[in-house]
This record gives sequence, C-alpha cells and structure tokens, in this order.
Amino acid sequence: MRKLLFESLFRRPFTEKAPSTDDAAVTELAVAVGLAARRRLGRSLSIREVDAGSCNGCELEIHALNNAYYDVERFGLRFVASPRHADVLMVTGPVTKNMRDALERTYHATPNPKWVIAVGDCARDRGCFAGSYAVVGGVSEVVPVDLHIPGCPPTPTAILKGLLVLLERADAAATSP
Amino acid sequence: MPSLIDLMLEGREVRQHGPWPRAVVDASVWQFAASELALGRWSLLGLWGEPSTVHMAIMDEETAEIAVVSLSCPDRSYPSIGRHHLPALRLERAIHDLFGLSAEGAPDPRPWLDHNRWGTRFPLGDRIDALPQASPYRFLPAEGDGLHQIAVGPVHAGTIEPGHFRFTASGETVVRLEPRLGYAHKGIEGLMMGAGLERAAQLAGRVSGDSTVAYAFAFARAVEAALEIVVSDRAIWLRALLAELERLAHHLGDIGAICNDASFALMHAHCSILREDVLRASDTAFGHRLMRDIVVPGGVTHNLNAGGMEIIQAALDSIRQRFPALVELYDNTASLQDRTVGTGVLKPALAKQYAPGGYIGRASGRSFDARKVLAYPPYDRLRFEVPVLNEGDVNARIWIRVREVGQSLSLIDQILDRLPEGPVRAKAGQFRKPREGMAIVEGFRGDVLVWLRLRDGRVERCHLRDPSWFQWPLLEAAIEGNIVADFPLCNKSFNCSYSGPDL
Repeated sequence: MRKLLFESLFRRPFTEKAPSTDDAAVTELAVAVGLAARRRLGRSLSIREVDAGSCNGCELEIHALNNAYYDVERFGLRFVASPRHADVLMVTGPVTKNMRDALERTYHATPNPKWVIAVGDCARDRGCFAGSYAVVGGVSEVVPVDLHIPGCPPTPTAILKGLLVLLERADAAATSP
Repeated sequence: MPSLIDLMLEGREVRQHGPWPRAVVDASVWQFAASELALGRWSLLGLWGEPSTVHMAIMDEETAEIAVVSLSCPDRSYPSIGRHHLPALRLERAIHDLFGLSAEGAPDPRPWLDHNRWGTRFPLGDRIDALPQASPYRFLPAEGDGLHQIAVGPVHAGTIEPGHFRFTASGETVVRLEPRLGYAHKGIEGLMMGAGLERAAQLAGRVSGDSTVAYAFAFARAVEAALEIVVSDRAIWLRALLAELERLAHHLGDIGAICNDASFALMHAHCSILREDVLRASDTAFGHRLMRDIVVPGGVTHNLNAGGMEIIQAALDSIRQRFPALVELYDNTASLQDRTVGTGVLKPALAKQYAPGGYIGRASGRSFDARKVLAYPPYDRLRFEVPVLNEGDVNARIWIRVREVGQSLSLIDQILDRLPEGPVRAKAGQFRKPREGMAIVEGFRGDVLVWLRLRDGRVERCHLRDPSWFQWPLLEAAIEGNIVADFPLCNKSFNCSYSGPDL
C-alpha cells in the first residue's frame, strides 16, 4: 500500500484539470459549478439521490461523478445519506406506483430551501415506460421539479452541467427583488 | 434416472419453439419435474406465466440439456413447484400478482410485486379491482429473547436502487434478513405485449441498466431463434466485444466498491479509474458509455468507430499495467482481509439448490457459465477459463471477479485480433404464424434468460428472467449469523439487481 500511496504522491492526478480538446467541456463546467456553488451555498451543496424506479443506468453515471476524473466533491457537491441533510434531491426513473409514497415522504423529509433535479429521460416523461399500469409518470407528477437532465442515461458531464444550471437559477432567484 | 428428453416425450411438443424443446405437459409430469428439481437432479432456470398457462425452464447441469414444460391452468391454478423446490417461491408469487394464477399448496401466498398500488389486480391476466385497503405486509417471524428489528429502505443511504430490508437482530448479530422488493416494478412485461421488435429490444435493454448489453443480447438471440435469423459473423463478434466490455467495467467497479464497503476507499478510488477508462473507451468505440441500444435482433446498430480498436486496446493496456498492483494491495492488506475472509458464506449445497448464476454461484462451487456450458457463438471459438472457488465468502466473490477480469481482458484481445469484416445487421424474416424463441446469455452478474412468442412481427409475450431471482434468497442465507455492520459488504459482494427481478 505504501508503494501505491507513494506513487500517487508524485503522479499527475487523474482529476481532469488541464483542458485537452476532448475534455475542455468538463473542465470549463467544473470551474463554473465551483463558482456558482460557492456564491449560493458557501461551497456546500448536499445531494440526496432517490431512485424512484429507474433501470439503474442513471445510478451508474451518478456514481461515476465521484470517481477521480470528475471528483464532484472538489466543488463542495456532496452525496449525503439522508434527505434531512440534503439541499437537492436527485431523482431518477419513471416514478413507479410502488415508489410514489416513498418519494413523497423523502421530499417532505428534505428541509427548505430545496431543489429537485430529475435525472434521465424517464424521469421527465416516463420515457419508454409510458403507458404502463405500474408507473405514475415523470418525477414532476409527484414532486415539483426545478430541473431536468436528459439522457438515457445522461453522462456524468451532462449531470455536472445540470447542477450548474440549477445553481445559476437558484442564484438568480435569491438575488432578484 | 430419466433425462429431460424423456420428460419431453411425455408431453406434446410445441413445434415452433427454438432452440430448445418445449412441451405441453399434464399435471402429473409437472409434479414429476418438481420432484426431480427437489432431488437436485435438475436446476430451475425460470418459471413464468401467461393468462392461462405456466411455463417452466429446467436444465440438466450434467448434460447441459435444457427444456421448457408448459402446463395449462384452465381453473387458474397449478401445482406449486415452490412447495417442493424453494427457489421457485418468489417466481410463483410474481406469477400470481401479474396473472392471478395460484400455485396450489405454495407455502408462501403473500404478494411479491403487487404492493396494492396499481389500482388493479392481475394486470396481465383477467384484471379485477384492487383491494380497497392494503393489508400490511407480514414479514416472516423470528422468535427469541431480546430480538429487535431494523427496517431499512426503500430509500437507502447510498446511491442504490429501491428495496426494503427487514433485519431481525440479536445484539449485533443478524438472525434473519428478509428483503421486500418490487419497488422498481415498471410493468415491463406488460409493455412488451404487442410491442414491435424495435421497441421491445429497447425495453429489454432497460430491464437492468447495468446489464443492458446482456439483456439486449439475450433478447436478440431469442428473436433470432424464433425467426431463424442468421446473424453476420462480424455482428456476432462485436456482440461478444460489447458483452466483455460490460463485464469488465462492472467487475472493476464492484471490486472497488466491495472494498469501499469495508472502509478501504483506496481500492475504490483506483478501481473507479480503471472502470471509467473502460466506459470512455466504450463511448469512443460505440458511441455510448454503457453501450445501450446497440445489440438488436439481426445484429448490431453500431459498427466499431474509427479508432475504437486502438482506444479499447489502450484501456486494456492500462488495466494490465495497473490492476495487478491493486490485486496485490487487496491480498496483502490484513485489515481488509479480516473483513472479507469468512464473511457472508454461501454454502455450496445452497448454491447447487438455487442455481444462482455468475460470481455468486462460481464462488460457491457451481461452475455454470452460459458462455462455456451453452457455448453460444462466438464463445465456442474463443479460449477462456471459468474460475471456480468453494469458499463462498465475500473474499471468494472478489477473487472470482478478479480472475474474470483477466479472462475478459484475454477475450477482448482475441476478439479484436480476429474480428471478421462484413455487414453488421441482417433483416428480420417475416412469419405470420406464431414463433417462439428462448435464449440464455451470460451477463456480468449471471445468466439472463429471455423467452418470447412472436406473432405478425410483434411480441405476444416476452419473459425476461434476471439472474438475481435466484441470488436474493441466497443473500438472506449468507448474512445469517454475521453482524449487521457487515451487511453492506455482503450485499455489495452479491450486487443483486433490483430493477431486473422487479421488472
């Protein structure tokens, strides 16, 4: 282990900083998310993820936000274990009838001010699950949604971008008379 | 000992079914099959319903023979398999919830997928109104002094899928765990009914997002078996490439995540980097990080992009260079080994009974791997080994994954080396008469089974059986006697799908 840690001390970090052609967008976004989050919430935005019936594809990409390439925590964006600690609910999936109650209760357990981000195509309008007896609808049918991030699933970059849009909107709302 | 063929001869064979035989049998043959399952001579592959029929797929593991037996249930009931062979229990409960067919004599009549929220009962059979009031779900009892219950979920502390776990504990020790699932039930089999092939393939790829390639692959093979479509060589090899990239990404992710649940974050950080490399290579090569909607009936929709081969090769090189040090780190860290060795033991006898696929079975002495045993193309032309261990603990499930990473690396090398040229998509044939097909494909988590009947180019009925149907019950057995704090560790080492069996 010492060898690995020692190597890590001297190796260039995996976290993407220097913009290469491909990763310029990620880096640009990362900086912008950092600034907006700091203005609004003093460098801390806690996110609670709720799977309201997704296929688990979105969860995989949300997980990826935490890997060293995206390292979402460097911007103060943090995934927390309870809705009571959260500023943002990140909801995936077409809301199934079996999950409706749990989603509502999670929403009510989240303190104000709070935002809801619906992640993925089926969180918007049920996607390919439209028409099923077992599905309520998009997330906005159950709780008010502030932002929707499209994709099936959205890439980690797209999710970061979405967080930025949300922060800007929240910022504008806070500063408008 | 009767063979599966003898069983088939007892019934009326359904001619339009491929590639394995299906026979309509009477109740006595059905019950005979149940007793053979109970004696451990055969393994249960799947059990599913139609409005007035039940079907059961069974396999003789010694000869790799597979067959489907069907029993018609005019009076809406059939002799329970679960009564004799426990692995069938939840499948029977699901059949009841969806079709209203009762398993006669089943020891557990509680609902499974139906939480009384759909506004209707038996949505895929003869619908009736929902119960006016949901009766509380009765968890299995545990009796003894000083026992307490811990209720967890459906919304969990981590970024994971929804499900409820009810622990009964004595102090720190888990006496009983019973999960209640069905929260992610989206009614996929209902949406399948009447869907065109394109839409049905899309739905199949969204049953369990982490196995999107495996599901699409199995669905495509089932359609191709039904319609006798010949897939081009290049498409066959590209499918295996997609499947191995999926396996590689998830195994790498799992190895790190299991260690993370033992609070060893360093492994997680490093494995996540390797996993991300694979996803990025997949994105460059096929235009989607999870390679969704690429495998379709008749072939693949996406050829390997220019530069795809090189970037995949680069990802492999990087894994070959960095992964061995991580395996060494895992193996040489006593505090981590202390958590994983001897924890969450699944006994080989139970693994034989439940026939769980994937690393769960292979860590407990069950050598089944659909790629090897069923040798569907192109795996019949590829060299690889199926690692098997007998310890059945968290450590063994990690080691199976570690070795499978090695096998996948070698498989991808062979595929890239021998990838044939040619078209990647064939046209689907047209059949007016009903045709049936079945396929089993090895996903990263285990074997995915798809059975379907097509009529007029549409899906009449499609059943998708996730490997986790037979894995969840074993997690309950493996956690017994462990401490509550080791549950995340055991759970991650199983990494069962919620969405897959919830459908």
